[in-house]
Amino acid sequence: MSRDLSPPAGSAEPEPPLIAAAFPDVSGCPVARQHHLGRWTAVVVMLVLLGLLGHAFAIGQIEWVFVGRFFFAPVILWGLLNTVVMAVAAMALGIALGILTAVMRLSPNPVLQATAMGYVWFFRGTPVMLQLLLWFNLALVFPAIGIPGLWEARTVDVMTPVMAALLGLGINQGAYTSEVIRAGMLSVDIGQYEAAKAIGMTRLTSLRRIIFPQAMRVILPPLGNEFIGLIKTTSLASIVQFAEILHNAQNIYYANSRVIELLIVAAIWYLIVVSILTPLQHLLEKRFSRGAGAHR
Amino acid sequence: MSRDARPLVSIVSVEKHFGAFHALRGVSLDVAEGEVLCIIGASGSGKTTLLRCINQLAVPDSGAIWVAGELTGYRLAGERLHRLPEHEIARQRRATGMVFQRFNLFPHMTALENIIEGPLQVLGRDRASAVAEAKELLARVGLADKAGNYPANLSGGQQQRVAIARALAMHPQLMLFDEPTSALDPELVGEVLAVMKELAASGMTMIVVTHELAFAREVADRVVFMDHGAIVEAGSPAQVLGAPKEARTQAFLSAVIS
Ligand SMILES: Nc1ncnc2c1ncn2[C@@H]1O[C@H](COP(=O)(O)OP(=O)(O)OP(=O)(O)O)[C@@H](O)[C@H]1O
Ligand SMILES: [Mg+2]
Repeated sequence: MSRDLSPPAGSAEPEPPLIAAAFPDVSGCPVARQHHLGRWTAVVVMLVLLGLLGHAFAIGQIEWVFVGRFFFAPVILWGLLNTVVMAVAAMALGIALGILTAVMRLSPNPVLQATAMGYVWFFRGTPVMLQLLLWFNLALVFPAIGIPGLWEARTVDVMTPVMAALLGLGINQGAYTSEVIRAGMLSVDIGQYEAAKAIGMTRLTSLRRIIFPQAMRVILPPLGNEFIGLIKTTSLASIVQFAEILHNAQNIYYANSRVIELLIVAAIWYLIVVSILTPLQHLLEKRFSRGAGAHR
Repeated sequence: MSRDARPLVSIVSVEKHFGAFHALRGVSLDVAEGEVLCIIGASGSGKTTLLRCINQLAVPDSGAIWVAGELTGYRLAGERLHRLPEHEIARQRRATGMVFQRFNLFPHMTALENIIEGPLQVLGRDRASAVAEAKELLARVGLADKAGNYPANLSGGQQQRVAIARALAMHPQLMLFDEPTSALDPELVGEVLAVMKELAASGMTMIVVTHELAFAREVADRVVFMDHGAIVEAGSPAQVLGAPKEARTQAFLSAVIS
């Protein structure tokens, strides 16, 4: 039997509310402004540091007119275009290889699994600069390449700086991208694979229609990271004479000795390209968040 | 209309191990066309494993399973069994619809898109007719107004009803249900069972793993009790649930009912 908590029947006055008796009434009190003391201290410290830095650059030996003069120099813009196009092409190759490798790695076929693991092992295990040099010097190993009877060429003619940069960067990127994609595939609930099978989908159809669209939410943030990294790694391709922006900036300062000014030009262009990418990534992420609760 | 005299599903001496664990011990079972079979049994008795073998999400170690006149997973050629290629297994699975305990709707697709996905991608139907049929199916499960909802914006009971519609859109000859109401809040169980009852009444062949004994009593043509990977007792609901012969069935029922 439950206890009866109501006042006994017939009692004239109701009991006073319990809370009001025990605690002061705060319902009418305004909320005082918070004093963000730590925040203001940080602002002051940062302003002082920025001032010092600005002063150092102002009295430092930088001829800012040269930064302005070379910012839109055709050689720099050509290098910028090469950098961006190479980064996009190498990323495309990297994503294609990454998808292939991740799918192989998660396939039930042990030969495919081992091949995928070997690829990732080699290309993640050696420096990308070394790989660029290997591709560029491929002619030392294979003087001629081709498909017997169909097509043949001298390796030195094929392995141009562009080709060496694309293969070196793209194949290296594929090894890293495959791990990002594999993580995304593993993040999708096993019940999704089974539901796809249960409606009669083959493995490839279920990957394309069910698994990848869901994995994209996990894949995109690190993939954006990878792409931003690749844009800057493209500068390593100057070692195989690829005319990317840093390479071209160097060529100019070898001639005129405005080293810092040209490095600043290149740095600003890198920052601009990366800044454009961030909102693009957000757009893509939004596109692939279909059906995810609003709280994600 | 003449019915095939052979059973729609025939399970013959199926064995299944997970490592050293013996999950199915020589299970044999026939299900006739139009029959509603309920499987009951304690947790871990192999009910899910048996369903998964029937639609080839799991492969038996030995034994044979025939569904809709075909030996599942293998082709018989000259006294030898040859494992079927993947696309053939995918084709065989179309005869069977499966409803999961955890719904497993595709979260990146609306209710309607979930239902037309199979008809479009697997059956190669044209979009207009697939959409029209999906809308009929949604109405049939009482969700005509939820076509545009993503699974995240549907209750558990609604998700499970969409999952049933998704399976039906493939025009299966057989429907498998693995504890379709176990993940639901009690007040949502009834709406899913009502859809299943209607489906049973329409003549669909159904194998239902369930703990809903009242449903089994009312809808099942036959009830099977499983324990430790084997079928212990099978018979009419009145017999198995009302007057079980086997001691293990009696023990299970008294544990579940009390
Ligand atoms: N993939 C697997 N690997 C290893 N063991 C498994 C696997 N699947 C199932 N089992 C084991 O096989 C046994 C039977 O599992 P199954 O899921 O068929 O039982 P069930 O009767 O459906 O139980 P429940 O009522 O809990 O769903 C369990 O002991 C389980 O641990
Ligand atoms: Mg189960």
